[in-house]
Amino acid sequence: MKGVFSRLLMALLFKKKRVKIGIYGPPNAGKTTLANRIVHTFVDEEDDVGVSTEVPHETRRVVKREGVNIDLTKNLSQDNTASNPKTKRSKAKLALDVVDTPGLATKIDFRDFMAYGMDEEVAKRRAKEATEGVIEAIKWLDDIDGVLLLMDSTEDPYTQTNVIIIGNMEARGIPVIIAANKVDLPDSSPQRIKNAFPQHQVVPISALKGDNIEALYGEMAKAFR
Amino acid sequence: MQIEMRLISKDKMESMSSMEKLRFVLDGVKSGNIVVLEGGLTSEEQMKLIELTMIEVSEDFPGIEMSGYPSKSGFLNLRKKTRLTVVGPANTMKTIKKGKDLISAIISST
Repeated sequence: MKGVFSRLLMALLFKKKRVKIGIYGPPNAGKTTLANRIVHTFVDEEDDVGVSTEVPHETRRVVKREGVNIDLTKNLSQDNTASNPKTKRSKAKLALDVVDTPGLATKIDFRDFMAYGMDEEVAKRRAKEATEGVIEAIKWLDDIDGVLLLMDSTEDPYTQTNVIIIGNMEARGIPVIIAANKVDLPDSSPQRIKNAFPQHQVVPISALKGDNIEALYGEMAKAFR
Repeated sequence: MQIEMRLISKDKMESMSSMEKLRFVLDGVKSGNIVVLEGGLTSEEQMKLIELTMIEVSEDFPGIEMSGYPSKSGFLNLRKKTRLTVVGPANTMKTIKKGKDLISAIISST
């Protein structure tokens, strides 16, 4: 509780010019794909935050990209969705640092990486780096002003990891937006995520295709200001 | 192979500090036991447990499987009341279904 009150007090007294937004979630939820899309849209189309692959724990270090200015008054032609006139009228702007984090997990077994064709030595090294990445992601929670929690909408969202992240953010008084990712896939069900976490804002998106991404930017501009 | 299940009372839990609780749970799980905590761990304690687990992951200990009932809000929504947490070795326990008031898990030694 002390954390919540001190955060509120600090927010009232010292409004930050730029907020640090952490992209959190389980491995393979699409966190780096979303970080890349945000940076491509608002900073530089050629600038990648990280590499996305189908192998879990591809991101094993926290990557911070500073000075991203979300400006919804500009035409976001890169996105597939039609511009939402309501968000445009609001002239929503948000200056932020994007923090792309390694996927949070309770288990990392080097044998799982060998299933992707890695030899034992490489798989063990990757597993070691992945455990360090999880610890780093958890440590970063102390320095984050808002969380974009990414969930794969083709998977069961009611995992302990998701519940723990949300519980921690609530205890710290940090705003959370849940992005129900991968809605471009046929078996996606963002509604399942909405049902599991009814007390939180859930925005269905495809970070890969850009579906509904402008709605997410609009929610970020509202929640993280 | 036999698997031991430890059911820890709320009184025992409340007699320990956060760090003592986490060490107690992790030592039990690393020994191959399933640990059921009456009263459960807070979300902050669970996050700390993940952190501690990651420090101790090895070839023989790939991590933990953890499941719990969601906490309930207490007076004026200010205090969350934890309910129950189950923790086991990831290579032994697998949660197959988790709901508001029900957890189904498979425990296997293979």
